[in-house]
Amino acid sequence: MNKIFLIIQREYLTRVKKKSFLIMSILGPLLFAAFLVVPTWLASMEDTEHKTIAVIDQSHLTYGVLEESEYLSFVYLEDVPIDSVKKDFKSSDYQGVLFVPTNILISNSPILYSDKQLSLSTRMQISNSIKDEIERQKLKAENIENLDEILKSVETKINLRNITWNDAGEERENSTEFAMGIGYIGGLLIYFFIFLFGAMVMRGVIEEKTNRIVEVIISSVKPFQLMMGKIIGIGLVGLTQFVIWVAFTLIISTVVQKTIMDDKTSTLMENMQSRDILADTPSIDENTDSGDNLQFVEEIFSSLHTLNFPLIIGMFIFYFLGGYLLYASFFAIIGSAVDNETDTQQFMLPVTIPLIIGIFVMINTIQNPEGPIAFWFSIIPLTSPIVMMVRIPFNPPVWEILLSVVILVLTFIGSVWMAGKIYRTGILMYGKKVGYKELWKWFRLKN
Amino acid sequence: MDFLSTHNIVKQYSNHLALNKVSINIQENSIFGLLGPNGAGKTTLIRIINQITAYDEGEVLIKGRKLKPEDVNFIGYLPEERGLYKKMKVGEQALYLAQLKGLSRSDAMRKIKYWFEKFEITGWWDKKVEDLSKGMQQKVQFVTTVIHEPKLLIFDEPFSGFDPINSNLLKREILELKEKGATIIFSTHNMESVEELCDHISLIHNAEVILEGQIEEIKQKYKTNICEVKYNGDPESLKAALTKDFELVEEKINHHSHIAQIKLNGNTNNSLLKTILPKVEVESFSELIPSMNDVFIRVVEETNKNKTDK
Repeated sequence: MNKIFLIIQREYLTRVKKKSFLIMSILGPLLFAAFLVVPTWLASMEDTEHKTIAVIDQSHLTYGVLEESEYLSFVYLEDVPIDSVKKDFKSSDYQGVLFVPTNILISNSPILYSDKQLSLSTRMQISNSIKDEIERQKLKAENIENLDEILKSVETKINLRNITWNDAGEERENSTEFAMGIGYIGGLLIYFFIFLFGAMVMRGVIEEKTNRIVEVIISSVKPFQLMMGKIIGIGLVGLTQFVIWVAFTLIISTVVQKTIMDDKTSTLMENMQSRDILADTPSIDENTDSGDNLQFVEEIFSSLHTLNFPLIIGMFIFYFLGGYLLYASFFAIIGSAVDNETDTQQFMLPVTIPLIIGIFVMINTIQNPEGPIAFWFSIIPLTSPIVMMVRIPFNPPVWEILLSVVILVLTFIGSVWMAGKIYRTGILMYGKKVGYKELWKWFRLKN
Repeated sequence: MDFLSTHNIVKQYSNHLALNKVSINIQENSIFGLLGPNGAGKTTLIRIINQITAYDEGEVLIKGRKLKPEDVNFIGYLPEERGLYKKMKVGEQALYLAQLKGLSRSDAMRKIKYWFEKFEITGWWDKKVEDLSKGMQQKVQFVTTVIHEPKLLIFDEPFSGFDPINSNLLKREILELKEKGATIIFSTHNMESVEELCDHISLIHNAEVILEGQIEEIKQKYKTNICEVKYNGDPESLKAALTKDFELVEEKINHHSHIAQIKLNGNTNNSLLKTILPKVEVESFSELIPSMNDVFIRVVEETNKNKTDK
């Protein structure tokens, strides 16, 4: 038993000490942090440049209604043909020309000319202003008294809170978008980890075979010990990588957000800490772009509290290990059956296909986490690590989780046992092109 | 008492019989040669002794008791297909392999130091195996095989990849290990080294033991009763002197003397000498003893012939 620890130790240490592990450990979180931070950063960076838009309004509808802001202003041009403005555009100070035709009330299509694509928020701001004005004009035509007051009083903003309860009757507030995001990241990570570390097992087995050290080793330990030592050692490398990534991602994203989002962030952080108050009294000005942005980020952070993180992380580790053990045993079989990496192709397909199906089902599952497809593929052990992981943030029934867990455990015990039988024959076979029939024969050999 | 013996080992693979009732007996503190052509079943037998492969029938006994899984700790095995982790440092690797054989870390360290100093490879500790030449790798491999002071050593083609100087070093080490009490199984096609090292051999061919015994006995058994005589004088008078009891097999001239190979049909060396001494001046006289190489080829070919005759 002592010997298997020696093998685990070697497999673990040689990989953790490698430069590539260090690079992956740093690069991974940087990428994740970029995914988290860059969108908010881009949103906050947007439109800090001042823009002036020339307006040629033949309908005179927009006079005084186009809403100006810190970064956006309008200049109304009278009796100027659009063609001459277009011609002189290069030499002018305008960033764009807005053309509103006479029949705007019927056609509903103003045109914005510019030499560069204008940002979405600028376009939204302009089209919203015009839309509101056209709607107002149309309502006005209905001759309703006190229209403005009526409109103001009917204006409503909906804040849909989704509260679910479990069998014990406990209530829990959910954010669907966030659950989707977490499920998606979890499923993808598992897919990625299984591939990355499963293939590492396969390469390790091939390495021992081509280096011809395998016979030396199995004169000291049982082939099964060597295989399990390798699988467990590499699994621990995967876990270590995961823990480093989580820690680094948290550190980097916190640091970056703190520095980039300056004072606004501090309000945000305070708000995060008092989420309950926030729900009732939105404290940030909703009219500005950055305000909306911040509120969005805020919602994400506040949703963090609504998810059952111990369960999600616990299940992630379980499904990572379970899925990894299942697939690593397949990869170990492949490694033992071939003489070099180029021969692995023919066996890779049947291992890759269930994983890719898992990814496809995952996309479906995100939209419908309780549907029959989601259910069945989260029970089938070949796809359950990916698909069930996506469902976990949506709090699926406990019995479904348990069923999936039990089936996965039984399957990986079976697959490891099967791999052990094939492996011990395969590692001593050289110079033989092996097919599935041969593998089956090895599996049925007594010893 | 035999250190290791196998009794009627049978190993059947799906499409061929690898070992058919193979029995070998290896005396304690001796060097045992396991010989045979390629594909005879030597490697299968060695793997069975190493408990890498299981057998279908028979038994393997070590000092009279059945072989146990823990016994791998006192066996040192240098397989024909051997190698090391290329990316691992020499020292770490030796330490790892020694610990896999059940040595504690500190014991392993101490013994590695001893062997590395003996082989003058202490400076390689931090070198990666892939940076060493093939011969250097073989030295490291040898050290890792003997590091745990095994009572039973199994060498499968140990000299492949060694230059003559290192081969000699290796031979000396093998003999020294024997002196220290180890029992050694030695499998090779190099018959010269078999004659030099082995006390006892078994020849396996087509899954069966076809010849076994001590080297000297075997050679005596397979000698052809031919004497070689180097002489000065008239070959014709020599020929005339030979009666029907002596048969001239070959006659050639080397520089100024003649060499004749004469087969004795049931006679002794002395009677041949008596017959030829009056006729020619004898320079040297020797009985031709077959080399193990000759024996090997002869026995295997005879077995093949018998098989096709049947």
